[in-house]
Amino acid sequence: MAALRQIAFYGKGGIGKSTTSQNTLAALAQMGQKILIVGCDPKADSTRLILHAKAQDTVLSLAAEAGSVEDLELEDVMKVGYMDIRCVESGGPEPGVGCAGRGVITSINFLEENGAYDGADYVSYDVLGDVVCGGFAMPIRENKAQEIYIVMSGEMMAMYAANNIAKGVLKYANSGGVRLGGLVCNERQTDKELELAEALAGMLGTKLIHFVPRDNIVQHAELRRMTVLEYAPESKQAEEYRQLATKIHNNAGNGTIPTPITMDQLEDMLMDFGIMQKEDESIIGKAATAA
Amino acid sequence: MSQSAEKVLDHFKLFREPEYEEMFAKKKAEFEYPVPNEALQHTIEWTKTEDYREKNFAREALTVNPAKACQPLGAVFAANGFEGTLPFVHGSQGCVAYYRSHFSRHFKEPTSCVSSSMTEDAAVFGGLNNMIDGLANSYSLYKPKMIAVSTTCMAEVIGDDLNAFIKTSKEKGSVPAEYDVPFAHTPAFVGSHITGYDNALHGVLKHFWDGKAGTVPPLVRKENDSINFIGGFDGYVVGNNREIKRIFKEFGINHTMLCDPSDAWDTPTDGEFRMYDGGTTLEDAANAIHAKATIAMQTISTEKTVKFIEEHGQEVIKLHHPVGVGATDEFIMELSRITGKAIPDSITLERGRLVDAIADSSAHIHGKKFALYGDPDTMLGLTAFLLELGAEPVTVLSTNGDKAWAEKVQALFDASPFGTNCKVYPKKDLWHMRSLLFTDPVDFLIGNTYGKYLDRDTKTPLIRIGFPIFDRHHKHRYPVWGYQGAMNVLVTILDKIFDEMDADTNGIGTTDYSFDIIR
Repeated sequence: MAALRQIAFYGKGGIGKSTTSQNTLAALAQMGQKILIVGCDPKADSTRLILHAKAQDTVLSLAAEAGSVEDLELEDVMKVGYMDIRCVESGGPEPGVGCAGRGVITSINFLEENGAYDGADYVSYDVLGDVVCGGFAMPIRENKAQEIYIVMSGEMMAMYAANNIAKGVLKYANSGGVRLGGLVCNERQTDKELELAEALAGMLGTKLIHFVPRDNIVQHAELRRMTVLEYAPESKQAEEYRQLATKIHNNAGNGTIPTPITMDQLEDMLMDFGIMQKEDESIIGKAATAA
Repeated sequence: MSQSAEKVLDHFKLFREPEYEEMFAKKKAEFEYPVPNEALQHTIEWTKTEDYREKNFAREALTVNPAKACQPLGAVFAANGFEGTLPFVHGSQGCVAYYRSHFSRHFKEPTSCVSSSMTEDAAVFGGLNNMIDGLANSYSLYKPKMIAVSTTCMAEVIGDDLNAFIKTSKEKGSVPAEYDVPFAHTPAFVGSHITGYDNALHGVLKHFWDGKAGTVPPLVRKENDSINFIGGFDGYVVGNNREIKRIFKEFGINHTMLCDPSDAWDTPTDGEFRMYDGGTTLEDAANAIHAKATIAMQTISTEKTVKFIEEHGQEVIKLHHPVGVGATDEFIMELSRITGKAIPDSITLERGRLVDAIADSSAHIHGKKFALYGDPDTMLGLTAFLLELGAEPVTVLSTNGDKAWAEKVQALFDASPFGTNCKVYPKKDLWHMRSLLFTDPVDFLIGNTYGKYLDRDTKTPLIRIGFPIFDRHHKHRYPVWGYQGAMNVLVTILDKIFDEMDADTNGIGTTDYSFDIIR
């Protein structure tokens, strides 16, 4: 068996991380890889397309029921879905309470200690939003994910989040082995999206590993709680995900240490592309009626 | 009210003076809004009933007086067992003050340990700077040979990554690059002190055996004839480790005590302060990989470490705090088997003496009922010993013992005619124990110092065996392992039996027909 490959998907909330990751992993499974998905998002929606389920019982909700994590068995938390992909959701607190980051740490420790990774070719972490605290950095610590893939789009805030995630990766890249595998642009049909994504990748010292075009078939599949790979394997979109999967598969060891940029640099880039106008000091802070 | 220098009243007597009595009564009447005495008595009586016990055992979301401590306490214990090693806890100062005082109250010795002094800003921004400064200060101020890092709740909740932090600290020059800084994540809200001990010891062995965090090649095992000994988290470590070393010497066995704080917690008063004393040398810790086998004296206390050692190709003899004839036999015979050395006559003699002593006192201990609580391995050892003595360990309770542990205890019950009416209670606390002592009364309670409240409430005499023992001195100096150790446990139990017998028969002219000189 080849060495265990650990990857992680990060990106701004709502960018399509879970959709992209599940479709890509389904494609990897079709290529014969044995996959384990570790959802690190309190919403627990990182595995629904694989399991055809609304949301999986999470490690933390089961632990809360049982009394403590020590009372859980691996079989309780792990479900097997499409193409024998094994799925675990870490879960977390209700919005507004507790500490979701600690939940990620607890879950990953539990999985490692109970041998969840045994026999897998790939472990994929699907992580919510930015790297907002130490808990959400757990998957990028040493001996965890070797490559991070950032899902983004041509929207300003998605790029801003991508840059923040690159900062998180940089923090751990020097002391550990984590690298930035590349950007995955999930098309939003914004202006000059491909060019922008490529430019950002260049500035971050990485590459745009794939540009996933927008296709409504993804919605059709999602409504059926399926990946496109399962719902319409012959479709053009399925082929896109297969390409992405192949690129990720061949990208082992090619990750880089990212070079995050400043907010000013990001805004300059948007101006270069004509998406943002140069600041007109005279209009800032003036309401419509005053103008 | 005013004290005079000639006759100082301490707090035992002072607060019984009339002016204090009056003040307390006034405080109670005017400020405490107490329930009427009858209502109070009524509730107290109710807490002794089966009805209350049922409600008590239905408790889900509350623990009252758990019989366990937190992970970093065990990590500090483990770190303290290595030569010149400073335990460094990444977290706030208050936590470390607790570990230091807890050990000092038990061993009556100072316990060296530092914190990274995390405060609110560290909780927000992460504790990296605290680690960098903390390691630098510890290294230059206290000149340890090794700094063993563990964590508190605070560092764990915010997800500080020790591996990365220590590497960064070394890059920033806090300590030299090749300096030994083993580490273990020890979240206090998971497991107990035995888990922390296990994690920390595992961290040290992993550091030395698996290439010092990737800075040198991992060691390759070349088997020799040495035996490793791991005692686990043990309140009797001072007496026990010395007794074990003596036994090894009698056998003539090359050995390494893996984690040996017996000197650190027993420094002499001879004019010289020893911040560090004794302990496993760092060289021995590394060479322990080559040993023929490892003896784990408290396997539940060292689960992860045992697994790690087995993965490196060593046989591990897994024991559970052996106390008594049968359990010590197993320990001694396993020693003989793995080393191929005959059991020394001197040890055989000790066994005979223990059997003789048990026979001498058998009439007094046979059939006595006991309730006991403590760490899971300790409970297995004591349960086996009590059954061996013909006593009945009616209630065996552990807060940090799980289902698998309970099954092991049940197997001991099942194997003995004295175990028929005995019950094991995993994951229960001392408030559960209180109910059990009322509804299933026993003759004696065995546990640590915290049991004195149960003794007072339920009038069940407490025999102090376990950790911590704060209110009796020097118990940690007397071994409980080996035949000699079992003798000490036997005597401790018998002393209480006879004290109670005397107290029950000393009424002048009423019960003193049995107040005998000879027992």
